Amino acid sequence: MARGLTTDVKIKPSGLGGGMRGPNGGDGPDETGSEGPKNWPPGYSRDDAIEPVKYRIGMWVGLASILMLFVSLTSAYIVRQTSGLSDDSDSGRWISIKMPWELWLSTGVLLASSGTFELARRALRRNVYSRFNLLISVTTLLGVAFLGGQVMAWRHLAAQGIYLASNPHSSFFYLLTSLHAIHLIGGLVALICLTVFALRLRIGSRQRNAVEITALYWHFMDGLWIYLFLLLFFWR
Amino acid sequence: MGKALGLMFVLLAVGTVLLFMGQNTWWFPPNHSAHGGAIDAQFMRTLVVVGIAFVGAQVALGYAVFRFGRRGDARAVYTHGSTRLELVWTLITAAIFIAIAVLGQKVWAQLHLSQAPEGAVKVNVVAQQFQWNFHYAGADNEFGKTEPRFYDDSTLNFVGVDPGDPNGRDDIQATTLLIPVNRPVELTMRSKDVIHSLFLPHMRIKQDVVPGLAIRVHFTPTQVGRYEIPCAELCGNNHFNMKSFLLVLTEDEYSDLATKADEEFKTRMGELLQQYK
Amino acid sequence: MAEVIHPTHGEIHRHEPPKGFIRKYIFSLDHKVIGIQYFFLALFSVLVGLVLSVLMRLQLAWPNQEFGFLKVIFPTAAESGTISPDLYLSLVTMHGTIMVFFVLTTAPQGGFGNYFLPIQIGAADMAFPLLNALSFWTTFLALGVMMMAFFAATNTIGPIGGWTGYAPLSALGERAGPGQGLGVILWISSIGLFCVASLLGALNFITTMLNMRARGMSLMRLPLTCWAWFTTAVLSLLSFPVLLAAAILLIIEHQAGTSFFIPGGEYVSGKLLEEHKGGSPILWQHLFWFFGHPEVYIAILPGMGLTSHILATFARKPVFGYRAMVFAIFAIGLLGFFVWGHHMFMSGMDPRTAIMFSLITLTIGVPSAIKTFNWLGTIWGGQIRFTAPMLYAIGFVSLFVSGGITGLFLGQTSIDIPLHDTYFVVGHFHLIMGVAAIFGIFMGTQFWFPKMFGRMMSESLGKLHFWLTFIGVNCIFIPMHIMGMMGAPRRYSTHYNLQYLSELPPLTHFVSYAAFFTAAVQLIFVVNLFWSMFKGPKASDNPWEATTLEWTIPSPPPHDNFEGIEPEVYRGPYEYSVPGASKDYSMQTEPDEAVRSDG
Repeated sequence: MARGLTTDVKIKPSGLGGGMRGPNGGDGPDETGSEGPKNWPPGYSRDDAIEPVKYRIGMWVGLASILMLFVSLTSAYIVRQTSGLSDDSDSGRWISIKMPWELWLSTGVLLASSGTFELARRALRRNVYSRFNLLISVTTLLGVAFLGGQVMAWRHLAAQGIYLASNPHSSFFYLLTSLHAIHLIGGLVALICLTVFALRLRIGSRQRNAVEITALYWHFMDGLWIYLFLLLFFWR
Repeated sequence: MGKALGLMFVLLAVGTVLLFMGQNTWWFPPNHSAHGGAIDAQFMRTLVVVGIAFVGAQVALGYAVFRFGRRGDARAVYTHGSTRLELVWTLITAAIFIAIAVLGQKVWAQLHLSQAPEGAVKVNVVAQQFQWNFHYAGADNEFGKTEPRFYDDSTLNFVGVDPGDPNGRDDIQATTLLIPVNRPVELTMRSKDVIHSLFLPHMRIKQDVVPGLAIRVHFTPTQVGRYEIPCAELCGNNHFNMKSFLLVLTEDEYSDLATKADEEFKTRMGELLQQYK
Repeated sequence: MAEVIHPTHGEIHRHEPPKGFIRKYIFSLDHKVIGIQYFFLALFSVLVGLVLSVLMRLQLAWPNQEFGFLKVIFPTAAESGTISPDLYLSLVTMHGTIMVFFVLTTAPQGGFGNYFLPIQIGAADMAFPLLNALSFWTTFLALGVMMMAFFAATNTIGPIGGWTGYAPLSALGERAGPGQGLGVILWISSIGLFCVASLLGALNFITTMLNMRARGMSLMRLPLTCWAWFTTAVLSLLSFPVLLAAAILLIIEHQAGTSFFIPGGEYVSGKLLEEHKGGSPILWQHLFWFFGHPEVYIAILPGMGLTSHILATFARKPVFGYRAMVFAIFAIGLLGFFVWGHHMFMSGMDPRTAIMFSLITLTIGVPSAIKTFNWLGTIWGGQIRFTAPMLYAIGFVSLFVSGGITGLFLGQTSIDIPLHDTYFVVGHFHLIMGVAAIFGIFMGTQFWFPKMFGRMMSESLGKLHFWLTFIGVNCIFIPMHIMGMMGAPRRYSTHYNLQYLSELPPLTHFVSYAAFFTAAVQLIFVVNLFWSMFKGPKASDNPWEATTLEWTIPSPPPHDNFEGIEPEVYRGPYEYSVPGASKDYSMQTEPDEAVRSDG
């Protein structure tokens, strides 16, 4: 390429050129620092500098779409629960299933896991590795225990003869809990990877970043579960 | 190139206007309902607004490309817009569009937010793949009870009248919709299987018929005659063939027919279908 | 972030291109390769969809006529050489689904957006290259599953429920019609996969645009294409999860016998169904259209952004009212979430709700009108260069007006009564979201081809293609409005059995001939594309004398776009004909001194 490699790089933006700039770009002329971490030194790799921010934005955006999935299922749930079809005999009425007691267990376990994860995160910030290792392992185990609790709850209902298609409430129960579980498994995979890294003492900046992002996801899954739990059994 | 392009947009505008203004062959079927005139009028009002906007935009686009082709090495006008101009056209469009939108609700409200008048002729409609069934109360003017468990196509009980209900003894089920002229009609519509849509082009009526729902529409036909009823919501492979007839009868013909028993009713119905062909 | 390890200052951060054919061209993580992959996926899909539409027009003009070649292409579905009603409806369904998802959603966003968003904002790649590749390959898988639906039944080539797949027809299985069993399962699974792919893509677009902009690329200096892609990504992010939810519910309903959509007392094919109770068919429509309406904007917004971009480039003028254009894009996107009910005026939902939806719907006309006015303002007083991409862009404006303006009829509850589910609707949405969006793809191809492939496309073939296509599509879709006013219902394999439509055949024939003509001239585009790819004249870095960042780098760009150097942006994207500047275009990357001193 004929283009010079470094000569094109402008370290400092030049002053404003009045009318040359045009009103399109006229606002906040070169205040590049105002919109993000943009004041890195010349030649300094952007990819590395903005990685944590980029993953955090990505995670928030991803969470928005997951939220939207559950919001739309909630609207379906409410429509299905309250729809008074004028022509349908009451055979299609909403019959609430009795909550399997195991759900209290899994709810407690998941809340605890969020707590231990938070403690682990703080330990890592203070660079107390031994404490971090312990707590992240406990979090992972609690995550597995939550899934175990969900499976027990499903088996409990199945033992009573309540299946997916038994009635509208059971359909939504199985659907929402399993969709939540699928999403949670994603977080669990990340947790397992982090635990392995931690136990092999391989926590670098990438892993620290991953801990932050996974914690965000995990807390979201926790909150989502509480929401679903309330929606399914306490909302009328 | 710019000149040709400009001419094409003008031609497009003129051609479209001619297609929409200059002929009667390709147009709405004639309206034969009391409320249809208001819909048609609202359509025409909108057509005028839309027509002006359409012609205006196409001709302006045509003029711009005709006029502003590259002229030597001169520079284009350097401007980033005009806030005032933009405000003006935004407010004008908003006012026009909202005015149209509000006007457009009137007929709708009249049709859907009001009950059918007292003494309206009542017919129940039961749609199924690929047939329209019309359920008449018969001589006693009382509908028999209907329930899905009594649906039986093999015994021609298409609408599921309860055989044990005395009110249902004289009920008539037919595949033609028969109603008197100049009297309000209320249809209560149900579907047995999938979504259908009752379309009465000449009555300016269309309504989806949804399983699980009983949907009511009311209208007043103003002209005797035989009209077609197509299905307007995709309901399966024979959707295109799910066709029936609407017979709007004179008051005499109708009251004569309304008291007839099943066999006679259908014979007379056949005659009338032929008569109004 | 204290932990981040700083590379040595002053070093240029180059990304070496991957070695080996597979890493380079197949499982590539390069956004440019992925963009081209999306482009070709859409090209394949559009050709399939086009063939299906030609067959539909064939049946409509000459119902049930025997054509020998049909036996060859559909050995089982058209055994007798005629298009049966079953086959016709599966053509309708597959045409709609393939066009909406695999063409209109993929090409403008996945194709051009992927290729040019990072370059236009001055980034080396998307934020998450691996996710990007995953998104493409999920789309590819979705297309594969959709293709399998062609072979799911013997007498159709897929489900027969239309692309909207209204329940209960779509949920009842074979009982409700041929192709509704395995066909629906494959069809809806493909859509579900497509949702996931689109979500991954949207996440990537949003993060990239928020976080990867080069220095000086403030929000109000972004090309309008970037704003359009960004808004489209936000729409995808919020609407595809809803479709995904609907798809999951439909699959469960279809396979497990639940009652989300199917009410009790269903009597299908002479049998009362005992297992379903109390579902709501309208629930499906709410979920579907909550996605479906934003989807219209997902298809058209990138085309709108690109039209602004190209009109400014070839009129040699700044975009008129840049800010208003950005806000209009937002307004259209935002309002798009509150108008889904206008697809459902006749559905049996509460008529008062219909009035609300109708009022909001007509307000969408306002930002759309702003866009049209500003496009006219952009070319007004310009020095228009009538290149092929410019012709498509001007055509886009015309089509946008013709197609959009009829929404004023359909958005009104009362006028929708005679027009709903007729050819008026078909004409309306084909002009706006079909043809206008496809013109967006044409103009993108012709405009960016030199950058993507390093060669110019033939201008004369492009212009010829524009003229013939523009005339053709207007001949197809404008008469369709009239057919709809006459009361011709859509999704009919023939209208010849309706007496009140006795005047329809001349129009039907005319439209069919126009459709064959238009389909045939698409060959010009395909020939132009492939011929130019290998034989076109070499393109310079900036053949159109345009201002945005993609024109500052070689054609085609190197693996990491800016060769490890982060560009610096000094001005807005459309600084054409700046008084006092040496050239009539001032590049975004040129410092002010450079712009002046050259002259």
